[in-house]
Amino acid sequence: MSDMNQQMTAKYKNNFLKEIEEQAEMGDWVKMCMQCGVCSGSCPTNFHPGWDHPPQEIFMLIRAGKRDEVLNSQSMWMCTSCYNCYVRCPRKIPITHIMHGIAEYAYRIGRAPKNQPTLHLSQTFWNNCTKNGRVNEVQLTQTLYFKDGIADGIKKAMAMQAAALGLVKAGRLNPMEALGGGHKCKDIKGIHAMLAKAKELEAKRKGRTA
Amino acid sequence: MAEMKTAAYICKGCELGSRLDVASLVKIATKEGKMAIVREHDFLCSADGVALIRNDIDNEGVTHAAICACSRRAKTEAFNFPTVAMSRGNLREGVIWIRPDTDEARETTQEMADDYVRMACAEVKAMKVPEGNQNTGTTKTLLVVGGGMSGMTAAIESAKAGYKVVLIEKTGALGGMAAKLWKRIPNREPFKAPMDNGVADLVSQIEADANIKVYLNAVIAKTSGSPGRFAVDIAVESGPVVTEDIGAIIQASGFTPYDMAKLPNLGGGQANVVDQLGLEALARAANGGPIKRADGKEVKSVVFVQCAGQRDATKEHLEYCSGHCCATSVKQAMYFKDANPDVDTVVLYTDLRMPGNNEDFYRAAQNKGVIFSKGEVSNVAASGDGCTVKFKDLILNEETSAEADLVVLATGMVPTTGPDLDALSEANRAAESGGAEAKEQVVQMMSKSVLNLDYRQGPDVPQFKHGFNDSHFICFPYETRRTAIYAAGPVRRPMDIAQATEDATGAAMKAIQAMENAGLGKAAHPRSGDLSFPSVRLEGCTQCKRCTVECPFGAIDEDEKRFPLFNESRCRRCGTCMGACPVRVISFENYSVNTVGAQIKAVDIPDEFSEKPRVLVLACENDAYPALDMAGMNRNAYDPYVRIIPVRCLGSVNTIWITDALNSGYDGVMLMGCKHGDQYQCHFVKGSELGRYRMSKVYDTLKGMGLEEDRLMDLEVAITDVDTLPQKINDYAARIVEMGMSPFKGL
Repeated sequence: MSDMNQQMTAKYKNNFLKEIEEQAEMGDWVKMCMQCGVCSGSCPTNFHPGWDHPPQEIFMLIRAGKRDEVLNSQSMWMCTSCYNCYVRCPRKIPITHIMHGIAEYAYRIGRAPKNQPTLHLSQTFWNNCTKNGRVNEVQLTQTLYFKDGIADGIKKAMAMQAAALGLVKAGRLNPMEALGGGHKCKDIKGIHAMLAKAKELEAKRKGRTA
Repeated sequence: MAEMKTAAYICKGCELGSRLDVASLVKIATKEGKMAIVREHDFLCSADGVALIRNDIDNEGVTHAAICACSRRAKTEAFNFPTVAMSRGNLREGVIWIRPDTDEARETTQEMADDYVRMACAEVKAMKVPEGNQNTGTTKTLLVVGGGMSGMTAAIESAKAGYKVVLIEKTGALGGMAAKLWKRIPNREPFKAPMDNGVADLVSQIEADANIKVYLNAVIAKTSGSPGRFAVDIAVESGPVVTEDIGAIIQASGFTPYDMAKLPNLGGGQANVVDQLGLEALARAANGGPIKRADGKEVKSVVFVQCAGQRDATKEHLEYCSGHCCATSVKQAMYFKDANPDVDTVVLYTDLRMPGNNEDFYRAAQNKGVIFSKGEVSNVAASGDGCTVKFKDLILNEETSAEADLVVLATGMVPTTGPDLDALSEANRAAESGGAEAKEQVVQMMSKSVLNLDYRQGPDVPQFKHGFNDSHFICFPYETRRTAIYAAGPVRRPMDIAQATEDATGAAMKAIQAMENAGLGKAAHPRSGDLSFPSVRLEGCTQCKRCTVECPFGAIDEDEKRFPLFNESRCRRCGTCMGACPVRVISFENYSVNTVGAQIKAVDIPDEFSEKPRVLVLACENDAYPALDMAGMNRNAYDPYVRIIPVRCLGSVNTIWITDALNSGYDGVMLMGCKHGDQYQCHFVKGSELGRYRMSKVYDTLKGMGLEEDRLMDLEVAITDVDTLPQKINDYAARIVEMGMSPFKGL
């Protein structure tokens, strides 16, 4: 358990709904769910292994104060952001955003599941993208391919060989980016300042220090 | 009455002239129908055509008119001649519209038309001009029973419409259940917070209205008479009995909450468990401040248990949903949240039912932080200083529990309808031969009576499901089975204040209508405006009592000599008495055993070798006949061998018609009536049921005649069966062909 997690547990005692309302993005919508189940019925990842709770259940678990069950859940991470639930919700609840909000919160307080592939991708993408203000596709792909070891990485790379060569020929992929650098945005310092400010504002809104 | 002068009018409009041989029809009306005047017209319902008929009535002395044109349901405004007896031959919807326009079909189509002309002529000659019920009362005062929300609204609305109202209330103050509420569910924008209950305003309106006379602490000792001339004895507590002359009655006797003592496993009887009305009392005591329990402790957490003793599949408690309780619990949760947002409020429900704008109210409660959990409560037990509520979470599918300082049970409504008439007559039978205990039971049951009617069929209006007043909740919601007595509010079905207010307004309107009609000697719904009424040839009566027992509206009492005593103003003109009478002494001026019997006889029956069967259809005029008309409008063809006669209700069908028809060579008889039973669609409530029961006895007669059972066919028809009905007729016609022609032809 991280310090952050302990802090939050102490702060909200048993009121997990309040914790989600204040800490997770769009969490204040959770109380408006009327348990119709349209979101669960609409979710394309429904019934897949690893999808332990449909959105309706996540919402009910939050209201029932089942903190561990929600924060340890794989469900939020399995969301494909198709927005079916969001579009169909009769209460117009931004379910997709809430799922992401809860996932982000679980990560922030160190409760995200270990070796979660979606989390790994998100983390890798974020680091890659914010470094230069633009994505270095070659390095991003490398990181993902070789995440489970060299042999596995080479296997994946060979399988995608044709696609990669096609991209290079079409001028959509610059192999030189593998050496680092790559294309950058014009004002990297500005981007970094912007991100820092956003982080500061969000922290302030959620009542914690950055 | 002047001598009968008959006339037949044959229309050639709407292609009747080109599809049919009108000369033949004229000949039939003259020769066979023996009409004194026979006229044809190109467009009978035009001003010119109507003037033609009008002129014959005014200047030629025509008293009986057979109009052979379209269905009796069409052009009723054009063919409106109330001073003469009138029949309608249905040549349009009944003949040319349901027959293909082909050379092969021409002959059978013409035969159909010929028969309908014969029938119209025969019918009209058997009719008399309805004179209207002379036995009327013209009292224009309404009695409202019950001074709650529904009763007060009904009284105010009636007074606003210009009628005098007598309002009686059992308790010492107006307001009823609504007066016990701290606040009510909102009925207007923005539907976000509980509103003032509105009782004070209604009470002051009533007090200021000179047209409304209020009796408090009063009950009805006796109601006698008929619509337009009821005499109601009002017993005021520790005062004299006052008799009021009343035209029509609105019963708004309301409800009582289901007794939570019957729910011990849900905590009924425990100190920290209240029902919804109990919570209203706590909220009134708090007066907007923090709500405290009976022991004075401020409530910090509260659990609402929905459907407590309601929607009970085991039938031990109420089987139905009371409709208002979900919104009421939402409202009560808001009492807590509005006073102190930190109070934990949890509503445990299985299905949250928030009809109409209550959805906004529900959302407002969620916004205020009321927690809603889908769960089924199994047990409420005292624990520590409060209660533990055990429930199954239906979303997470697990047994769990919640702690609360206070538990509120949503227990539902029990209507105040008086004794069940069937149970009462059972008890009466037992008391006749039984001892003191049986007699005591009758007294006990009678003490619950609301109206104390001196009708032969019992002291109150009949009940339907679960003890609520019988009323058809879609088609004719305020009607009861007692003419000019209308039910409004939760006595009719469970409802909230908003619905009760609307209900009371509707019932007031119907009561005024019934009272006015009674004064004019006209029938009320569904034959509203009908001037005919049943008359009985007492010298032929055998005192079998079937009419007095079967009348669905309790219109027939017994006189001292035990003959049936018809109260015409209570009658709805369904003819069930006429159908029931084994000696056929009951008739209406324009509808009798003869008017239908003459039509049956008038039809030309081809001989057994013609291969042209004849099927008699007796079709209910409320649903089946309009469905047949609509089939015509849609040009859905059906068999040309049927001859259709509309009847007022299946209940009015006398078995003599069936046996006469089969005896005279018809190959089959088809009955078309409305659905009966719990989901009845019969406009006379019990008519189709009684009719069907009666017909079930005819099968023995068929056997005696050596006829197949299928010669009589009973078909349940709803008005929506437009597309399937022709097929059913054709199927039956095919069955007739299969069985072969009737052996009774030409006998």
